[in-house]
Amino acid sequence: MAVLEIRDLHVSVETDQGSKPILRGVDLTIRKGETHAIMGPNGSGKSTLAYTIAGHPKYTVNSGSITLDGQDVLAMTVDERARAGLFLAMQYPVEIPGVTVTNFLRTAKTAIDGEAPPIRHWIKDVKSSMKNLRMDSTFAERNVNEGFSGGEKKRHEILQLELLKPTFAVLDETDSGLDVDALKIVSEGVNRAKENTNLGVLLITHYTRILRYIKPDFVHVFVDGRIAEEGGPELADRLEDEGYDRFLVGEATA
Amino acid sequence: MTISAPEATTTKLENTGQLGYKKHTDGGWGLVPIQTRSERFASTNVEDFPAVTGREAVWKLTPIDRVADLIDGQLDGGEYAIDATLVNDVDVSWVDRTDARIGTAGTPEERASANAWTQFDKALAITVSGEEPKTVRVRRSELGTSPRAAHVLLEAKPFSTGLVILANAGQARLTENVEIIVGEGANLTVVTVQQWDDDAAHLASHFTTVGRDARVKHVVVTLGGSVVRVNPSTHLNAQGGEVEALGLYFADAGQHLEQQVYVDHDAPHTRSRVTYKGALQGEGARTVWIGDVLIRQSATGTDSYEQNRNLVLTDGTRADSVPNLEIETGDIAGAGHASATGRFDDEQLFYLQARGITEEEARRLVVRGFLTEIVQQIGDAELQERLEIAIEEELNGTNLSTDGR
Repeated sequence: MAVLEIRDLHVSVETDQGSKPILRGVDLTIRKGETHAIMGPNGSGKSTLAYTIAGHPKYTVNSGSITLDGQDVLAMTVDERARAGLFLAMQYPVEIPGVTVTNFLRTAKTAIDGEAPPIRHWIKDVKSSMKNLRMDSTFAERNVNEGFSGGEKKRHEILQLELLKPTFAVLDETDSGLDVDALKIVSEGVNRAKENTNLGVLLITHYTRILRYIKPDFVHVFVDGRIAEEGGPELADRLEDEGYDRFLVGEATA
Repeated sequence: MTISAPEATTTKLENTGQLGYKKHTDGGWGLVPIQTRSERFASTNVEDFPAVTGREAVWKLTPIDRVADLIDGQLDGGEYAIDATLVNDVDVSWVDRTDARIGTAGTPEERASANAWTQFDKALAITVSGEEPKTVRVRRSELGTSPRAAHVLLEAKPFSTGLVILANAGQARLTENVEIIVGEGANLTVVTVQQWDDDAAHLASHFTTVGRDARVKHVVVTLGGSVVRVNPSTHLNAQGGEVEALGLYFADAGQHLEQQVYVDHDAPHTRSRVTYKGALQGEGARTVWIGDVLIRQSATGTDSYEQNRNLVLTDGTRADSVPNLEIETGDIAGAGHASATGRFDDEQLFYLQARGITEEEARRLVVRGFLTEIVQQIGDAELQERLEIAIEEELNGTNLSTDGR
């Protein structure tokens, strides 16, 4: 059983004012098939955790470890992590001018699998995944994220999730900026991936809204760079009623 | 530190005849640089231009010693071998200097252009008529190594539609003028592709005049040659005229690739879009882009935008990018310019790598995509495919994993 383990992770980011610590000792264990929601107020370090797992060069790991089935993730390059089975659905996917979605997907699939996908199968897979995500077929010929609406960008991220079939996916505020229809479509995509590949999910969100469609097994509340409280799905319901104030009061008086 | 006033000097007043009237001295510096693009001196006679010093606005970024024979020397102005596809409604033939169309689209503004004009004997005339879309390919690949003058006339008859590809390859020492006359309501695409041999030199001035409600797409693709300078100027002198000027260049070690683009908005409701993109790699790779846009008082309601982007792949390269915008009327729909020269975008590389793509391949994808954006807009599948292969070959000569950082 595949497992992603994060131990006592301390991460800082380089700013003009020097190094700024963001994560202050994060412990988290995710097994394949499990869905963990990470919730927390703005600035609590949720996205930093996502980008650190993926290996963004902006973040510096000062101490602690991330392992995937015992393998040292932090020693891997960004592309090695992806090939090892990690996936990050980004909050703000960037435009890649001149690179079509078709070309991009095929190149990524070839890189992940180590060989080009059989062409007929692949075209069929892409078509049906796009259809499931209610993406128009003209989408495939557009340049990656260029002129995409917010909802299109998120659907494109989930399309990649479905086609690349990672072991673990980190969804960084995939719900932000989506209307209810798009939110449902995107959530269905994640649920399909969970069902088909027994995906492990780390769902990062500010709101409880998406948890109506993607059911978490565990909920972690992130405050000031560490996990302040953990529990089952019922914790999300409580957050929905009470908000994050309970955690922030301590902050203010500290 | 002490600051002392300059010593008093006596000024000798010019005797101009009229009391109190004296020519402005311009601070005693002598000649005033030309302030507006439209006032540049122009002549078809090479003798009217002084010897080139390398300090002129039009020459200051060009290695003039490498093209001295084209600026000053004797040129062969006769016919040369061409390879042209036969297409209905397109006439390709040689015409004399006396052809009435010659000189209607523009006049040389620098000495190499005037040298070609003075010495050319026959002009290659490509005349497009008929409303059906069609593609004509004209290839020049046997120009040889002796200095040559050429003149190309490209006319799109009123309401005609066509795509003309001028493909250049092989050896050349060529200075030429290309006149493009776009008739009323016509829709013309002109693509000039330079894939010369490594030691070739080519200086070209393109003069385009755009008729009422006509549309021209002008594309300059330069990949091969030692010194290649293509200067396209477009005169939007009739209402509703439109130009889309696109460019793509890839400079390797020692190559000098230059383009000076000029759009002259001289009638109401004209529109221009200028987009040039370049990549540079290797010691001494050099590119120059100068983009001048003039919106005259007559050009109310115009809409213009020009941009140049350069992607620097290795150390030791230099890209000059100079956008100039001159606006003489307040009543315009839009005018803007942008220029950016830089290395890879880290966020793009991260995105691709996060999908399992290696850094080297990610860089390749980004460069290819960056340049393909122009290729995609040419509108001819055969040429697009050929250019994509050519770009791929350029990239194979680069080690993108060590971009000097």
